[in-house]
Amino acid sequence: MRHSQTQVFHRGIAAPLLRPNIDTDAIIPSREIARVSKEGLGEAMFAGWRYLSAQDSARGREPDPEFILNREAYQGTSILLAGDNFGCGSSREHAVWALKDFGIRAILAPSFGGIFFNNCALNGIVAIELEEAMIQRLAEWVQLDPRANLLEIDLAAQQIRWRKGEKTGFAIEPARRGLLLEGLDSIAATLRQEDAIAAFEAADRQRRPWVWM
Amino acid sequence: MNHAGPKPRPRRFEATKMPATLLEKLWNLHQIADLGGRDCLIHIDRIFLHERTGSIALRSLEQEGRKPRAPHRVFCTMDHIVDTRPGRSDISLAPHGREFIEATRQSARRAGIHLFDIDDPRQGISHVVAAENGIVLPGMSAVCPDSHTCTLGALGALAWGIGSTEAEHALATSCLRASRPRAMRINFVGETAPGVTAKDMILHLIASFGSRAGRGHAVEFAGPAVSALSMDGRFTLCNMAVEMGAFTGMIAPDERTIDYVRNTALAPRGPLAERAEAHWRQLRSDAGAIFDLELEIDCARIAPAVTWGTNPEQLASISDTVPAPDTFEDPQKSLAASQALDYMGLKPGTPVNSIKIDAAFLGSCTNNRIGDLRAAANYLRNRKIAPWVRALCVPGSGAVKRQAEAEGLHEIFRNAGFEWREAGCSLCFHAGGESFGGKRVISSTNRNFQGRQGPGARTHLASPLTVAASACRGYISAAEAS
Repeated sequence: MRHSQTQVFHRGIAAPLLRPNIDTDAIIPSREIARVSKEGLGEAMFAGWRYLSAQDSARGREPDPEFILNREAYQGTSILLAGDNFGCGSSREHAVWALKDFGIRAILAPSFGGIFFNNCALNGIVAIELEEAMIQRLAEWVQLDPRANLLEIDLAAQQIRWRKGEKTGFAIEPARRGLLLEGLDSIAATLRQEDAIAAFEAADRQRRPWVWM
Repeated sequence: MNHAGPKPRPRRFEATKMPATLLEKLWNLHQIADLGGRDCLIHIDRIFLHERTGSIALRSLEQEGRKPRAPHRVFCTMDHIVDTRPGRSDISLAPHGREFIEATRQSARRAGIHLFDIDDPRQGISHVVAAENGIVLPGMSAVCPDSHTCTLGALGALAWGIGSTEAEHALATSCLRASRPRAMRINFVGETAPGVTAKDMILHLIASFGSRAGRGHAVEFAGPAVSALSMDGRFTLCNMAVEMGAFTGMIAPDERTIDYVRNTALAPRGPLAERAEAHWRQLRSDAGAIFDLELEIDCARIAPAVTWGTNPEQLASISDTVPAPDTFEDPQKSLAASQALDYMGLKPGTPVNSIKIDAAFLGSCTNNRIGDLRAAANYLRNRKIAPWVRALCVPGSGAVKRQAEAEGLHEIFRNAGFEWREAGCSLCFHAGGESFGGKRVISSTNRNFQGRQGPGARTHLASPLTVAASACRGYISAAEAS
């Protein structure tokens, strides 16, 4: 349950993937989930878009040179600039595990799929909601020179720093920020509330006995 | 999500005299502690797992040296990867499918949870079997690492999909840290035309307000057209709440809900049943309850429809044409439409009912209950599918399959040219085995995402009735047009 702590400060190459409604099937197609494991899924990330053929060939899978993350300038990308409703669809946490394994540390989008948003925080990926116009401005700037125009994300100051001296604030719930920064074991934290849980259960047994099999 | 110690507060569910929404009643019934902000510690009455994501949650829990806190209230089924061809075994067509099945079986046994294994008469899709066995009842809280868990909101339950890590938390603690959603009500006013089904209603709703309109909200479906729906129709409606981005969907229990529940194996009996039913009848939004957002759908405007794109909001009536990307005001939607049409191999202005299909899929947690199969079979009686179409019918559970066979529906499907399968998720998605790769499919499922049903597969979402009619004509068709 404990994920490694997220750094307070991150600077990295950002890649724009601006189409809306990028679903978790696109982030990791179902056929790519081949093991009962959270590990080693980076190769499968965006497999449907990233490779020329969906099937493994003897030579391995050939990258599609057109896909943004395969372009020279975006090698080492650690931040995604995404469209509305990023991570909608299936609850598969493999989508987050694949992004993390690939090296994605933060995703900026106008909105996120709800389950995906929670899965990000539980795995140390910083998901930030920003106005669409702001995402567009960041994308335009980044595209001018992806390897020079790095984004800086400061979780403590709740700021994104970009073009010389430009800063953009963002909102993040304190609980989510705490989870990211401290990487706490939330099961252990909840188990410390055992008295409250047990008291609830005892009362509920009286109130709704049919629930308690 | 807050890790400061929760401070137990006075319980609120019996104290309040203010008119309350169904969501508030369900939430307050399960709130153990207020964690600050919108975050709460919520009691989870039932946990459901399946072999794809449940296997990972169980294994990870074991690796942490933890055990389920209440294994007798945890259920697991095989639905996602299990083969649905007749005479199936542990060997699945999905790569390493057997590994998932065996790992799930072993972990479930070690954890002492209920397992509906491949040969169990209760096996089927988690959301279907949780309802039909009375595992989830009105007023309960239930979670499953599967986004379509919102289906069970049709019972008046608080049910939602989670990730594997949250499933571990629920297993270990019988609780979740959850952010209290906002309350939305969708009022379906007026009457639907003949041939318009629950699937057309939910697709119309998603297309009207967009696939993120429900973000952060629990959506209560209400109005006379919802009351008039069968339970199977209500499950379809709630099933796709997640396709509008909602936390969950829900429908207040009524006499139809209570009749449905009474016939399930795990429903309370005797005096306990009377008490439970009295409780369930209170689970409705009070007159004057305040919602964060209320929207209205005029049922007279709903027609049988199919999706033309790669997101459920990209919808057209079957009597209409494929839209042009430049008709969308929002530049992002216009771009998405153009990319979708490219993937779907469609040109703007094409009449929807001139689109030729290669395959028809009747299945998934959205539309493979007995009512769905009856509707399709009723149309297919004495008809044949077009010679170029491959058609499959996959019941939602073993119980649905047995009921259909008792009614002779399987013979109607077979005579029409459909394959008749064992219960499971099957080709709702492509797990690496069977595939609609490169084909155009009319599908009673919930997601038309790129590659969802196979590499290059082009999915058109539709009702079971539309799937049956389209399979027969070989082109997308509404039932009444044939």
